[in-house]
Amino acid sequence: MALWLTRSRTVVLQSLKQKHAFWAAAAPLRSSSSSSSSSSSSTVPFPCNSSSPNLFWVNCRFKSTLAMNQLDSLPFSDSDDEQALDFPGGKVTYTSEMTFIPESQEKRVPCYRVLDDNGDLLIGSHLHQMSKEVARKIYNNMVTLQVMDTVFYEAQRQGRLTFYLTSSGEEAINIASAAALTPDDVILAQYREPGVLLWRGFTLQEFTDQLYGNKGDYGKGRQMAIHYGSKKLNYVTISSPLATQLPQAVGIAYSLKMDKKDACAVAYTGDGASSEGDFHAGLNFAAVLEAPVVFICRNNGWAISTNISEQFRSDGIVVKGQAYGIRSIRVDGNDALAVYNAISTAREMAITEQRPILVEALTYRVGHHSTSDDSTKYRPLEEIEYWKTTRNPVNRFRNWIVKNGWWSDKEETELRSSIKKQVMHTIQVGEKTEKPPVADLFSDVYDVTPSNLREQEKQLREDMIKYPQDYPSDVPL
Amino acid sequence: MGTGLTRFGRRMRWVPSGLTRLGKQFSTSVCDNNPPAKSFNLYTAINQALHIALETDPRAYVFGEDVGFGGVFRCTTGLADRFGKTRVFNTPLCEQGIVGFAIGLAAMGNRAIAEIQFADYIFPAFDQLVNEAAKFRYRSGNQFNCGGLTVRAPYGAVGHGALYHSQSPEAFFCHVPGLKVVIPRSPREAKGLLLSSIRDPNPVVFFEPKWLYRLSVEEVPEHDYMLPLSEAQVIREGSDITLVGWGAQLSIMEQACIDAEKEGISCELIDLKTLIPWDKETVEASVRKTGRLLISHEAPVTGGFGAEIAASIVERCFLRLEAPVARVCGLDTPFPLVFEPLYMPTKNKVLDSIKSTVNY
Ligand SMILES: Cc1ncc(C[n+]2csc(CCOP(=O)(O)OP(=O)(O)O)c2C)c(N)n1
Ligand SMILES: [Mg+2]
Repeated sequence: MALWLTRSRTVVLQSLKQKHAFWAAAAPLRSSSSSSSSSSSSTVPFPCNSSSPNLFWVNCRFKSTLAMNQLDSLPFSDSDDEQALDFPGGKVTYTSEMTFIPESQEKRVPCYRVLDDNGDLLIGSHLHQMSKEVARKIYNNMVTLQVMDTVFYEAQRQGRLTFYLTSSGEEAINIASAAALTPDDVILAQYREPGVLLWRGFTLQEFTDQLYGNKGDYGKGRQMAIHYGSKKLNYVTISSPLATQLPQAVGIAYSLKMDKKDACAVAYTGDGASSEGDFHAGLNFAAVLEAPVVFICRNNGWAISTNISEQFRSDGIVVKGQAYGIRSIRVDGNDALAVYNAISTAREMAITEQRPILVEALTYRVGHHSTSDDSTKYRPLEEIEYWKTTRNPVNRFRNWIVKNGWWSDKEETELRSSIKKQVMHTIQVGEKTEKPPVADLFSDVYDVTPSNLREQEKQLREDMIKYPQDYPSDVPL
Repeated sequence: MGTGLTRFGRRMRWVPSGLTRLGKQFSTSVCDNNPPAKSFNLYTAINQALHIALETDPRAYVFGEDVGFGGVFRCTTGLADRFGKTRVFNTPLCEQGIVGFAIGLAAMGNRAIAEIQFADYIFPAFDQLVNEAAKFRYRSGNQFNCGGLTVRAPYGAVGHGALYHSQSPEAFFCHVPGLKVVIPRSPREAKGLLLSSIRDPNPVVFFEPKWLYRLSVEEVPEHDYMLPLSEAQVIREGSDITLVGWGAQLSIMEQACIDAEKEGISCELIDLKTLIPWDKETVEASVRKTGRLLISHEAPVTGGFGAEIAASIVERCFLRLEAPVARVCGLDTPFPLVFEPLYMPTKNKVLDSIKSTVNY
C-alpha cells in the first residue's frame, strides 16, 4: 500500500504542479511542499529494486497489502475544487461534501496466513521456501518452549519457584519471529517472548538460573523471575512497566540507522500495553525519525482480565499503523510459517527502506496471565480449550512438517522426554546454586558505588553477622 | 502479580514474631459505642469502604485496570455486580489515562475513585497527579477543583515483588502541594481512612500496604465510619524514645518496641497516617516528652519522607533532643528480589537503632 500511496501521491503532485506552477514560487508553505516531494522521491519503490533474497514473498505480501488499501474505501469523491490546499505533508484537496471518516472500515483487516488449521499450505501461497533445517529448528524450539513452560509452571505450583508466566499459545510468534531475524537485530521484548532468547541460544540452565536469581543469573538476582536479558544475544533485559520499551526501541533503531548497520530493532508488545502512552510515543517517533524498527504486537485477546473489547474499539492494532504513517500487516500468530514470512519481509523493509513496520499477530493467551492469576474467573473454559486444541500453533506447524516428511512421531516422543529431563536437571542445579553475593546488592546502582552505599554496605555486613537468623543463608557475605 | 498467601511465606521467616497480633496491638478507638465488629482482613475492609462509598453517593465511581472482575488484589470484588458496569469498570491499560479521566470526572462534581494496579506503575500518571490534580484548584483561583479524586494504589514489599512490585513511592507525592497522601496500617484504619479520603474535598493518593492485604486481620465495624485525615495517632505510649512510621512498617516497629521494652526501654510509637499535610504537633509533643526520635520507612533513606520529619522536628525541638534523629529505612538501591531481606528495615535494625539512640 505504501508503494501504491507513494506512487499515486507523486502522480497527483506532478499533475498539480503542472496545473498550478505558480505555487512552486509563491506558496507560503513551500518548504513543506518540497519536503513532501523529496521524501516521496527518496522512498525506495518496493519491491522493484529489492535485491533481497526474500523475493519469493513478494507476491503474497503484495496481495495482502493491496487488500489493506483502506484509502480506496474511504468515502471521498474526487475533488472538483481546484484550489487545493498546499499543506505540510502534501496537497490537500477540498470537497464540498461534508463527510466524516467512519470509525471503522466495513470489513475488518484480513489476517495473513499460509497454513490452514490442519497445517496444509494454502493454495496460491508460494511460500514453501523454508528449508527443512530451519523448519525443524523452529519446531524443536516451539516444543522446547512448551516443555519449559510446563515444567517451570509446575515447579512454581510446588513452591520451588517464586513466580512464572507461560507463553502457551504464543509459541509460533515467539519462535518463528525470532527465526526471521538475525542475531544483530536488537530485541526489546515485553515478557511473554522468552522463545526469542531460546532461538538465539540462551541455554535451559541460563533460563533456570534467572528464575532462581542465583549466581548464574545475569541480572544478579535482582529482578523477578522471567525478567531475562542477555547482552551477548542482543536481548535487552525485560522491564515490568509496560510499553516503556517501545520508544526505547526507536532510539536503538535510530542508532543502528546512523551506524548504517544491517540490522533493526524489534519491539514486542501486548494488546493491553498498546493502550499506554508510550505506545503512541514509540510509533510516532519511529515514523517521524524513519527508524528501522519492527513493532510486533501480540494481540492475544486479554490483558490479565481485561478483554480487548474493553481495551480499544479500533479494528485491533494493525489499523493504528496507518494513522502514524507506518506500514502494517495483520498476521495469524498461530501460523508459524506466516509469522516467519511476515517478519522476514518486515525486517527487510525496515532495513532497506529505513522505516518502521507494525505487525499485529492475532493469537490467544492460553495460560493464566501468570502464576498469580486464575483466568477461569473471567473467561470461559471453552474459549481456552478451543485455542488450546483447534487453533494450537505447535500442532499446526507439526502437521505441516510431518506432511513434508521432515518430522516423525518417534522424534516427537524423544524430543519431549529429552527436553523434560534437561529442564528438570537445570532446576536441580539452579536450586542448589548459591545466590549472588551481598556485594551485588550495592553494585550497578551507578557505575561506581557512591559513599552512601558503601556506608550502608558496611553497616549491613555487620548486621548480617549479628543477626544471621534475619537473612537468607544462601546469600554469601 | 496477583495475590496469594504463599508470597508472604518468605517474609514471615524473617519476621519471626508474626503479625497476627496486629489487630489487638493496633486497635483504634473510633467505634467504642458501636455494636461488636467482625474480623476482616485489609482487602476486605477496603472492599467494604468502596461498597459504602458507592452506596452513599450516587456520583461515586470506581475504575482502573482489571477492577471489573475484582482487581488483582480482590479489593473491588462484587462492586460491578452490585453497582453496575457504568459505575465500576475496567479502563484501558493506561495510568495517565486513568488519572486524567479521574480528574475530569472529579472536576464535574463526582467522586472518582481510581485504582492504579501497583504503586510502581503510578509513574506514567505522575504528570497528571503533580501538574494537574495538585494544581487544578490553585491555578484556577478556586473556580475549578478535582477534590473528589482519590487514587488508590497497593505499595510496598511483598516478599518477592522485586524492583517493580515493591516500591514505596510516597515521598514523591509528599513533595507536591495540593495533594494529600494517606497510608493505613490495618483493616479498621484502612476502611475509615479510605472513606475520609474519598469524601475529602482534595485529591488524595491513598497507598495500601499490599503485604497486609490478607495478612492483617482485625475487627472492623461494618457500618459507615470515617477517621480524620492529618491526625497522627499514638498507638503505643512510652517515655524514652518516639518512633514514627506508617503503613506496614509499623508492625515491624511494634515488634522492636516490644523487644526494647524487655531491655527496659520505653518506646512511644506514632502512626502518622497522613503524610501531607502531616500532624507535626502530635510528633512534636511526643518528642518533647521523650527527647528522642526515630523514623522508619521502607522507601530508600535518601530523600525519603523521614528526612522531612527529622528536619521539622529538629527545627522545633532542637534544645530538647538528647540524640541525633535516627532513620531506619530502605537502602539507597532499587528494591531487589533475592536481597529483599537485606534491603528491608528489619525489626533488629530498628531495635539496634533504638538502643544506640537511647544510649547516645
Ligand atoms: C505500566 C504498567 N501498568 C500495569 C502493569 C501490570 N500488568 C502487568 S501485565 C498486564 C497486562 C498486559 O497485557 P498485554 O499487554 O495484553 O500482554 P499479555 O499479558 O497479554 O501478554 C498488566 C496490567 C504493568 N506491568 N505496567
Ligand atoms: Mg494480551
